[in-house]
Amino acid sequence: MGLLNYLIRRLLLMVVILFGVTIVVFSIMMMLPPGQRVAIYLQDERVNAEQFEALIEKYGLNDPAPVQYARWVKSVFKGDFGFSVTAQAPVVDGFKQYFPVTLELVLLSGPLIILVGILLGSAAAVNKDKPIDHFARIFSIVGYSLPTFWLGLILLMIFYGYFGLFEPGILSNEYRDVFFSEGFKSFTGLLVIDGILNNRWDVAADAFWHLVLPTINLVILSSALIMRLMRSSMLESLGQDYIRTALAKGASKKVIIAKHARRNALIPVVTISGLMMAGLMAGMVITETIFSRPGIGRWMAQASLRLDIPAIMFNVLFLSGVYVLINLVVDIIYAYIDPRIRLA
Amino acid sequence: MSNEQIDKAPEAIEMKSKQHPKLQEFLFSLKRFLKNPLSIIGLTIIISFALIAVFAPIIAPPYKTDNPYQIPHKGWAQEPQPPSVENPFGTMPEQYDIFYGMVWGTRNAFKIGFSIVFFNLIIGLALGTIAGYFGGIVDEIIMRIVDLFYALPFLVVAMALVVALGRGLQSIIIVMVVLGWRQYARIIRSEILVLRDKDYIQAARASGASHLRVIFSHILPNSIYSVLIVASMSVGTAILTAAALSFLGLGSGVGYADWGQIVSTCRNYIVGPPGNRLAYWFLVFIPGFVISLFVLGWNLLGDAVRDVFDPKMRRK
Repeated sequence: MGLLNYLIRRLLLMVVILFGVTIVVFSIMMMLPPGQRVAIYLQDERVNAEQFEALIEKYGLNDPAPVQYARWVKSVFKGDFGFSVTAQAPVVDGFKQYFPVTLELVLLSGPLIILVGILLGSAAAVNKDKPIDHFARIFSIVGYSLPTFWLGLILLMIFYGYFGLFEPGILSNEYRDVFFSEGFKSFTGLLVIDGILNNRWDVAADAFWHLVLPTINLVILSSALIMRLMRSSMLESLGQDYIRTALAKGASKKVIIAKHARRNALIPVVTISGLMMAGLMAGMVITETIFSRPGIGRWMAQASLRLDIPAIMFNVLFLSGVYVLINLVVDIIYAYIDPRIRLA
Repeated sequence: MSNEQIDKAPEAIEMKSKQHPKLQEFLFSLKRFLKNPLSIIGLTIIISFALIAVFAPIIAPPYKTDNPYQIPHKGWAQEPQPPSVENPFGTMPEQYDIFYGMVWGTRNAFKIGFSIVFFNLIIGLALGTIAGYFGGIVDEIIMRIVDLFYALPFLVVAMALVVALGRGLQSIIIVMVVLGWRQYARIIRSEILVLRDKDYIQAARASGASHLRVIFSHILPNSIYSVLIVASMSVGTAILTAAALSFLGLGSGVGYADWGQIVSTCRNYIVGPPGNRLAYWFLVFIPGFVISLFVLGWNLLGDAVRDVFDPKMRRK
């Protein structure tokens, strides 16, 4: 009962927030003169000035903002998100094409970031002021201070430029032909998994190989925050009375760390991990741009530069939705691992 | 105070009472701050950069005095030149001097960091205080707006907004001010919620103090510290995000002394010609290293400020 009420309220709130998001993005669009906004409808046609004016008139780009907004919402409810200039395709098709590339990187780097952060953070706390603690703290403060783009460029410079190992992109040329050949079926759009399902392990290995550098980039940059939080949370947890009690009754140190200290220390980390997964998107924009991976992040970078509003609108809505949902899931997990917290 | 102390010479008593508790507290904090090697490193880094910013006209005399942020360049040759006596950090494509750009870029870096954090702080404090103090429907509306700003994918919306406003460092700063105040509003609101029902606040209200007076002389002085701690830790992040936006091609044009812009100009020269793959190492490495060092300095300083002033951390 309590949970149901809570869920309904949160979902309603989500609708309110997404409505606000559309207003914000729409306002950004309305800052532009109609002549620039008409580009959305031009696609590739060449028009003269007269036709240009006619188009502005036809699509009502001189109408008051609320009228235009209502028109836009109507078309969204019909499932029409418009045409993306940067994707050269309707927005929904563009999304279907780019999303798996991003998802693949998120699925690989997300869990790694959390795992590295938690393990390094708790190891640092258990061995406070020992070499591993110093290493972890330096790793974290440096990782926190490096510009995403710089680390990516340096990794490329060394591993691609000098050693010629990891090239940017998502597949090598020879495997790209395989991927687009007729015999190769696309099940998920995730290259590694599709490769395995098609029994082409060489394709899967090649796709995985291309994921290595971007993943390293994201792990170094993003696990720093989780590591810091885990360390301080674990230190606090190790100082509690119940740890001393467990020690006194003779439990082994290993059991105490794993069962008592770490589990309690994880609670704040869960919240941050959820938010970090949503925040990974900012890292994605830069990482995908640098490593030439045609995913949502790079698409967004291009769309913003060209003010491809339909694409921006759709993806901002999508990402905000993901953020709100992740937050909701985190709150429920939170209540589950810490019975003191009640959903109210 | 014990009898022993009272018996001492009058001067001693005066000395003791001159040490206001707030001053004592401050000296204690300062001592802790100076004991921590990391905070000393951070402070040294930031002071060095501040000196570079102040003495920029001496370190790298401008070619055009009316627009010193325009990096001088000799010719239009694309081939970047490695570090030399004349160009200590080498040159970018079109022979822009990287050293000059980094020196004058320091001024811009301070400007970016301070102005973004300062205005974020002002907006966040104002909205968070109103929400927390007045509560009710006002609180509900403001906090839902804060939720909305949290839900927006920051970098994507920031990019679109910068393009709509017109590219340039100015737009980047404005956009980051508009989008970045959310965390301060949340923190100050939760602080104020705790304070609002305290007896001394009620007493101040009952004795006829106006809302403004209560807020400025009773509420803010007691709640502002946690916000200031977060602010000190945010300068580095603000500079990183602004640099990322510049890097993506949203900054002022080529040749403007902005660190992110310099890396952006150089990003196509990662791999050198065959036989000497690392020929252009200085192009990306030096500007990026300077940005990292600057941000590291701020982060170390921010950490130290938190460790020293945060009552939850300090006496551990």
